[in-house]
Amino acid sequence: MSTRSRLLIGAVALAALHLGVACAGFFAPYDPGAQDRAHPYAPPMRLHFVEAHSGIHFRPFFYAQELRAGSFDEYEEDRGRAIPVRFFVSGASYRVLGVLPSRRHLFGGGDAPLYLLGSDGYGRDLFSRVLFGGQVSLLAGLIGAGLTLSIGLCIGAAAGIWGGWKDEMLMRVAELFLALPWIYLLFAMRAFLPLTVPPLKAFLLVVVVIGAVGWGRPARMVRGIVLSAKERDFVRAARGFGASGGYLLRRHILPEASSVVLTQAAILVPQFVLAEMTLSFLGLGVPEPVPSWGNMLASLQHYNVLVSYWWMYLPALAMVPFFVGYLVLASLLQGSSHAAKIEEARSGVGCE
Amino acid sequence: MIRFLLRRIAHAAFLLVGVSVLAFLFSTLAPGNYFDDMRLNPQISAERLNALRAEYQVDRPMVMRYARWARALLHGDLGFSFAYNTPVAPLLWTRARNTLLLTGTAMVLVWMLAVPLGVWSAERLGRPADVALSWATGVLLIVPDLALALGLLVLAVRSGWLPTGGMVSVGFEGFSAAHKIEDVASHIVLPVIVLVASALPVLLRHVRAAVAEALEAPFLRAATAHGISRMRLLYRYALPAAAHPLIALFGFSLGTLLSGSLLVEVVMSWPGLGPFLLEAILARDLYVVIGGVLLSTLFLVAGNFVADLLLYWADPRIRAEGTGR
Repeated sequence: MSTRSRLLIGAVALAALHLGVACAGFFAPYDPGAQDRAHPYAPPMRLHFVEAHSGIHFRPFFYAQELRAGSFDEYEEDRGRAIPVRFFVSGASYRVLGVLPSRRHLFGGGDAPLYLLGSDGYGRDLFSRVLFGGQVSLLAGLIGAGLTLSIGLCIGAAAGIWGGWKDEMLMRVAELFLALPWIYLLFAMRAFLPLTVPPLKAFLLVVVVIGAVGWGRPARMVRGIVLSAKERDFVRAARGFGASGGYLLRRHILPEASSVVLTQAAILVPQFVLAEMTLSFLGLGVPEPVPSWGNMLASLQHYNVLVSYWWMYLPALAMVPFFVGYLVLASLLQGSSHAAKIEEARSGVGCE
Repeated sequence: MIRFLLRRIAHAAFLLVGVSVLAFLFSTLAPGNYFDDMRLNPQISAERLNALRAEYQVDRPMVMRYARWARALLHGDLGFSFAYNTPVAPLLWTRARNTLLLTGTAMVLVWMLAVPLGVWSAERLGRPADVALSWATGVLLIVPDLALALGLLVLAVRSGWLPTGGMVSVGFEGFSAAHKIEDVASHIVLPVIVLVASALPVLLRHVRAAVAEALEAPFLRAATAHGISRMRLLYRYALPAAAHPLIALFGFSLGTLLSGSLLVEVVMSWPGLGPFLLEAILARDLYVVIGGVLLSTLFLVAGNFVADLLLYWADPRIRAEGTGR
């Protein structure tokens, strides 16, 4: 398989994962904030296809769980009654991609609650919260990476074009940001911003803080590309024909940087999602009741939750498929640009 | 040598000054300060509050506060903690020692693993053993630190093999010296595993790539043809040839470990800079935060300085640059 088609497959798979999270309202059976005080810390429910006395079912079914009498977190399955999973049911209202109002869900349990990944201390469905939490965490990562890359691109291009003392100064500042351990920098910036704010404002705050931290590396890379591109023959020729600086940058120099920017994006997004998770986990990010992959894990800081309810740990693994996707994409992008460069060097002309 | 050293020291000083200015700049952007919460407390009178504000000079402009702070810093004074009501420096120092113990151990371990493993897999580039190793480290790469730390914690709690959380057991003061070391060692295992696992994959890949590239060099083929033994070939000839990018990576790995340790310390309640800094942020304890950030930068700068010295020692080209011209 060629690198190109592999890249395509990776990108499509990653896009599908993101689409799943973007349409969380449809795939999640419940509202992320809906509490079911009768079922706190319910363990994950298994879907069955085979029942003891009536044989194989084609429609998956589950057994309802009820609290054991006198206990506050021990459940027993009601084996006598098989409840079929219903598909395309009407349930809690949500907005498709944040715009269209809808009440249709992919599946639901009908009158009995169905918690695929269990429920938390307030009886909120963990599966729904993981999906909705993904929206927050991934969006923070994506916007943060976009912000970082635009800052890096602007500063890197400016430094490369201007040269001289301005270049020197900008690169020194970039070095400053590169020199700090990034979580400490994140902490320092977050430390001096308001602590208790409503979720939306907190989200924006986190995104800005994350986005402002990492611009050093892309800026340096872009500057390097601009500097080398400035000396390329076709750029000199264009300048000789009287092309303006802005035109040169737009038409000839920045296209050279596009592969680096793409690769950087594939590296930065998972890093920034992780940064959001870290901040929210520590209570400095997006606050309850809005779910995010980070603040859903915060309850694990309590010893009893950590020991007794293993499914509360599952949100930590939600990131893994996305990580895999981005990692594969980054290595393919790196490989393709590297391979293209070698090819170019060998043949002496541009590739393709 | 002197010129090289001076240049590096000037660079380090610039970084430290830059970071401190940056930290002060952020702090002035912040609305409110430590004493704002006290306004709501009916037991503290307005006069007392004003006296406190005047004493700690929180209302003066940033430039003046920075100048005072910087002058005090030259005397080894990092300012005064609002929350603890004592100077910051001793507070930070006890925590920093613990963080250094943790990161230092992890740093030594991760390099001791990364170099032999990297050389081993570079020698077998593309063969099943190498592929298996890169898959194994790939798995480590995709599991977030946070997930790994929490997972190990669950495992430790359930199995009871290792103590979970903290750095010492109850009654540590009464232990004998050998028992004390054993106690700290058993507590450090979990956080160190997480740190090593988070830093190892990247380092391993770099070592592997650098050594593999060096192995391609004509002089190494000639050495192979001379019949020099495999171990000597790898460690005496290939590794030094690959050393330059790896030494440059030394500082980077320290940064990764320092960042990673902050989170791991909070999760595993290791009494280092991480939990302390988090607490200070939540309490708006300004000088503790600035001091902590500055201290972490200092560690990193010191690490990079050591890397530079190593590079100077290992790479004759840099030595020539220093003496020539």
